[in-house]
Amino acid sequence: MLTISADLRAKILAHARADHPDEACGVIAGRAGSNRPERFIAMLNAERSPTFYRFDSLEQLRVWREMDDRDEEPVVIYHSHTATEAYPSRTDISYASEPGAHYVLVSTRNPEQDEFRSFRILDGEVTEEDVTIAPE
Amino acid sequence: MAIEVRIPTILRNYTGGQKAVEGSGATLEELFADLDGRYEGLRERLIDDSGVRRFVNVYLNDEDVRFLGGLSAPVSDGDTVTVLPAVAGGAR
Repeated sequence: MLTISADLRAKILAHARADHPDEACGVIAGRAGSNRPERFIAMLNAERSPTFYRFDSLEQLRVWREMDDRDEEPVVIYHSHTATEAYPSRTDISYASEPGAHYVLVSTRNPEQDEFRSFRILDGEVTEEDVTIAPE
Repeated sequence: MAIEVRIPTILRNYTGGQKAVEGSGATLEELFADLDGRYEGLRERLIDDSGVRRFVNVYLNDEDVRFLGGLSAPVSDGDTVTVLPAVAGGAR
């Protein structure tokens, strides 16, 4: 189960809407081992594409080092789909390489309706999980 | 002195759980060959026939090795090599 604050959930959705029709991506860091997302980090989509995303490699190095220094880990890794449902594609699954992370997908295909879902992706296997909004 | 290689969580099963290992070589290619002698299978997860695998990022100090000539990039004692899984995907 992913437990996330309403504020962080809103930040992910706002980032996805702002970058639409391109896919948006980012990380929410949290204290290592806590399973609690806390620090929102919007990342550049180096691909600037409506169908693909990739963290800019140098930005990723900087952010991962910063998390290391702060004893944090990527608790949530999020990205948006802009024309399809918020469910991991084959490409998403083949790249998924943080076994401890919650992979959050949102979809901006419908301007009126938010789609926000969370998954574990382990050894090519996708498991959807409940999302609970934590009290502030 | 040697070259420090920082290993991401997902590949630590090749290094006995170590976050960083040390190796030697004059180029990145030699360094990975040296590591493979002690951490069998690690090299194959990092490179294929065409160079650094697209699923991983390899950095020499602060630079992505894709911008430094890939596997032929020269390395020397005191350098740090960092391996991170590429974070990517998309609807297609």
